[in-house]
Amino acid sequence: MEYEAVIGLEVHAQLQTNSKAFCSCSTKFGSKPNHNTCPICQGMPGVLPVLNKKALEFTVRMAVACNCAINEISRFARKNYYYPDLPKNYQISQYELPVAEHGWVDIAIGDQSRRIGITRIHMEEDAGKLIHDDKRPVSYVDLNRTGSPLIEIVSEPEIRTSEEAAAYLRHLRAILMYLNICDGNMEEGSFRCDANVSLRPKSESKLGVKAEVKNMNSFRNVQRALDYEIERQTAELTAGGRIIQETRLFDPAAGVTSSMRSKEQAHDYRYFPDPDLPPLRIPPELIEKVKSEAPELPSQKKERFINELGIPPYDAGVLTVSRQLAEYFERVVELFPHPKQVGNWIMTEFLRAMKGTEEPDLTCCPVSPEQLADMLKLIENGAISGKIAKTVFEEMFATGKSASEIIKAKGLTQVSDAGAITEIINKILDDNPAELEKYLGGKVQLKGFFVGQIMKASKGKANPGLVNKMLDEELKKRAC
Amino acid sequence: MNLYEYTAAQLRDMLKKHKVSSKELTQAVLKRIGNVENKVHAYVTIDADRALAMAEAADKRIKSGNAGPLTGIPIAVKDNMCVKGQRTTCGSKILNNFIPPYDATVVGLLKEAGMVILGSANMDEFAMGSSTETSYWGPTKNPWDLERIPGGSSGGSAAAVAAGEAILALGSDTGGSIRLPAAFCGVTGMKPTYGAVSRYGLVAYASSLDQIGPLCSDAVDAALLLDLILGHDPKDSTSAPRSYEPCVNYLNKSVNGLTLGIPKEFFNKLDNPETSTAIEDAKSEYEKLGVKFVELSLPHVDYGIAAYYVIAPSEASSNLARYDGVKYGLRARDFGGMIDMYCQTRAEGFGDEVKRRIMLGTYALSSGYYDAYYLKAAKIRTLITQDFHNAFNNCDAIFCPTAPSPAFKIGEKMNDPIQMYLTDVFTIPVNMAGLPGISIQAGLSSDGLPIGMQLIAPHFEETRLILLASAFQQVTDHHTKKASL
Repeated sequence: MEYEAVIGLEVHAQLQTNSKAFCSCSTKFGSKPNHNTCPICQGMPGVLPVLNKKALEFTVRMAVACNCAINEISRFARKNYYYPDLPKNYQISQYELPVAEHGWVDIAIGDQSRRIGITRIHMEEDAGKLIHDDKRPVSYVDLNRTGSPLIEIVSEPEIRTSEEAAAYLRHLRAILMYLNICDGNMEEGSFRCDANVSLRPKSESKLGVKAEVKNMNSFRNVQRALDYEIERQTAELTAGGRIIQETRLFDPAAGVTSSMRSKEQAHDYRYFPDPDLPPLRIPPELIEKVKSEAPELPSQKKERFINELGIPPYDAGVLTVSRQLAEYFERVVELFPHPKQVGNWIMTEFLRAMKGTEEPDLTCCPVSPEQLADMLKLIENGAISGKIAKTVFEEMFATGKSASEIIKAKGLTQVSDAGAITEIINKILDDNPAELEKYLGGKVQLKGFFVGQIMKASKGKANPGLVNKMLDEELKKRAC
Repeated sequence: MNLYEYTAAQLRDMLKKHKVSSKELTQAVLKRIGNVENKVHAYVTIDADRALAMAEAADKRIKSGNAGPLTGIPIAVKDNMCVKGQRTTCGSKILNNFIPPYDATVVGLLKEAGMVILGSANMDEFAMGSSTETSYWGPTKNPWDLERIPGGSSGGSAAAVAAGEAILALGSDTGGSIRLPAAFCGVTGMKPTYGAVSRYGLVAYASSLDQIGPLCSDAVDAALLLDLILGHDPKDSTSAPRSYEPCVNYLNKSVNGLTLGIPKEFFNKLDNPETSTAIEDAKSEYEKLGVKFVELSLPHVDYGIAAYYVIAPSEASSNLARYDGVKYGLRARDFGGMIDMYCQTRAEGFGDEVKRRIMLGTYALSSGYYDAYYLKAAKIRTLITQDFHNAFNNCDAIFCPTAPSPAFKIGEKMNDPIQMYLTDVFTIPVNMAGLPGISIQAGLSSDGLPIGMQLIAPHFEETRLILLASAFQQVTDHHTKKASL
C-alpha cells in the first residue's frame, strides 16, 4: 500500500523585545547566569505577572502577516509541570482563546505554490536553562531566559513531505525576520520546531496515529528527522505493525529518532485560565496600527522583483531570503538603476565573497551598497572592465576601500586612449609578422591571438571593446 | 488607659499634639506583646529593633510637620505579605527560612506612610483554614477565651488587635479570612472589593479570590487604613485602574433611608440562638436609625462552599507548585534524585490541610475532570455574582451574621474538615462575587464571646460599608468592649 505522510509543525519563535514577557528584566543573550532576573521571573512567593505590551504587538504583527483572525478577547492559561528551569512550575501560555487563529501562508515548492493553514498563534513565556556539571552529579539553573516572550505557531496537518516542511519553516522564519520580531537563530534556539508526523493510506482522509518529533535544531535536521520518521513509520506499517502515539527525540549524530515517552507517560498539564492575568482585550487600534505599519513581506517583495524589476524568479527568491539582503539589493538599484546587473553581481561575486552562506549577515559586510553602486558605475562608463572589476571587488571586500581608491592605487584604470591602444596594436602586429600573414591569408581565428597579446601588453587595462574595434580597423588597413 | 488600648484615630491626634511619641507608643505595644504574647501567640515574627527605628523615624517626621494620618502607628501584617529582609513564612514550614528580597505593595505603602511595622502575624498555613490552627508555628488563641480559636486564617492579625498587641493589622481574605477572625475576636475587619488593594507581594493562595484588608478597633480606623491601601497598582494586572473616594468622608453621615437586604438562604441556616439574638438586636438598632430591611433571595449561594472548594484548591495547586526545594525555602535533607527531592521537600514542608487542598485542586484540574469540576464551579461563581447583582437592585447592602456561631474550641473541628469549611458559609459567597464585606461586633454571647455581623456592598462601595459600620458604632458600644487578658 502506498502511504502519505501528514505533517504538522509547531514553531516556537522568541520575540526580540527588550524586556521579558511579564517582567521588566532584559532579554539580552549571553549575560552572566541569573544576571537578567528579578523576583518575578524567579517565581518568588507573592509576585505577579504584567504583560509586556511590545510582546503583544509583535504577536499581532505575526498574526497579521499569517492572515490570521485575531481574537478580540484572548486568555492566558497556566500549563502546569515540574521542572527546575521553570521556577513557578507552571508556564504562562495560552490554551483556549489564543491571540490568533485560522491563518495561512503560501509557500513555494520549486515553481509551485502551496497554501499551508495556520491553526493558531499564541503567546507564552520561555523556560530557563539547566547546566549539568560534568564532574559532579550537580546541575545548575540559569534563569536568564526564563520569562522571555515566545510565540507558538501551529500549522494545520497539511504538510506532506520533508521538503515542504523545510520550505514552510524557511518561509515562517523569513516572515519573522522581515517583521523584525525574531532573530531566527536556530542554534541559539530563538527559532525552534517540533513536528507531528503520521501516515495514512494515500486515498484516505482519516488521520493516522502520530508521533511527535523533537530536538531538530537546523533546517537540515528537520528534513533528516522527518525523512527518517516517515521511513520508520512506513516500514512499521508495511510490516503489519502499528504506530503508537509517543514523543520521539531526534539524534542528529545517529540520524535517527527514538522514543522519549509514550502517550501513557504524557504530562497532564492541567491547563486553566491564569487568575493573575485578566482576559486580554486586543484593541482594534493596535491591529490597525500593525496593519498600517506592516512591511513588505518576502513573497510580496519577490513578486515585485520579478514583475517590476525583471529579475528571474529563482534570483528573486535568493535576493529576498532575508530582509537585509533584499534591502541591500534595493539600495544599490536605487543608486544604479540596472536591476538585472545588480542582481547578477549580488548573486555571484557578492554572495561568494560573503562566504556563500545562504543568509549572509550584512551587518558586518565591508562593502556598502553605495560602494557597490559606485563600482558598477565605473564598469558602465568604461573606467574598468568587468574582469578587472572582480579583482577590484575582492579588494574592496578585503579592505573596505572604495573602488576608485583601489583602481588609482593599483593603476587599474582602463586604457581608453585611442592613441595608446593604436600604438600597442601596431607593435603586436609588427612583432608577429608570421601570424599576421596567416590571418591575412584567411585564418581569421587568429584575431583572438592578437587580442590576447594586446591585452597582455596593456596589462589587462586596455578597454576590450575599443581594442576589438580598433584591431579590426587596423587589420582591414593592412589587408589592402 | 494604656496606650495600646487607644484607637489609631485617637493616637493620631495624641501624636499630632505631641502628647505622646511614636517611640513611647511602640514601646508600650512591645511591652504589651512581652506580657501577653506567650498566651495569645499572635505573631510568627516580631522585630522590635526595626519597630523602634521606624518609630524614631516617624517621630522625626511628625516633628517636621509632614506626617500623614497613620504616621507612627504600630501595625502588624499577616505573615503572607512580603516584608523585604524579614522572614515571611506564610505560616508554613516550607517557607520557614524565606526572606523576601522585596516588599509587598501594601508593605511599601505602610512604610511610605511612616507606620511602624511590628512584625508578621500568625495565620493558617498558606491561609488555608478558619481557625489559625494549621499554622506550622502553632495555633493563635482567642484573647476572649484562650481555649478557643481566634478564627482564621488571619487569626494572628485579629488577635493582635484584640489583645492590644497591635493598634492596626492587615489581613487577607480568600473565603472569609479577615471577617471571620474579626467576628470571633470582636474587632472590625473588611475585605475590600477584589482588585481594590494590590495583591503584589501577597503570597498567593487562590489568586482570583485573595484580597488584603484591614483589621482594627472600629470603622474609623478601618477607614484610615483603607484610605492608605485602596488604589491601583500597575504591578498587579488584576488591580482595578480607578481612583477611590476617601472612606473618612463617610464616617459621620446619616444612614436614614438606606435599605439592607436579608438573604433568606443565610438566615434559614442560623441555628445558634445567641447569634440570632445579637443579629436581631443589631437590626433593631439600624431600624432606629431609619434603615429599612427587605428580605431577598440569593438562590445559588448554597453552592458557594462546594464551588469554592473546587476553585480555591485548583488555583492553590498551581500557586503552590513553586515550593519545590529548588530555589528558596525548605529543601529536604535526604533524597535520591530530582523528583524525589520535590516529593520529600513537599511531604516535609506542607501540613495536612495544605496537602489536602493541593490534592483536591490537582484532581479538579485533571484531564477528563476539568469540565465536571473547575468549569462547573466557575459557572456557579458567575451565578452567585448575578444573585448579588440582582439583590442590589432592591437594597443598598446585605446584612447577615459573619459566622453561624461564636468561636469554637481549639481542636474541636480539626479532624472534621467539612465542619471547619462550613464556618465560612456566610463569607465565601462574597469572595466568589468579588464584593466588599465588613464584619463588625454585634454583641457578646452569654459566655462572653464576640458575635460578628456582616455587611456586603456592591463592587467598589467600600465607603458605603464604612458609612453603615460607623453609624452603627456611633450608637452602640459593642466595638469598645475589650478582651480581658
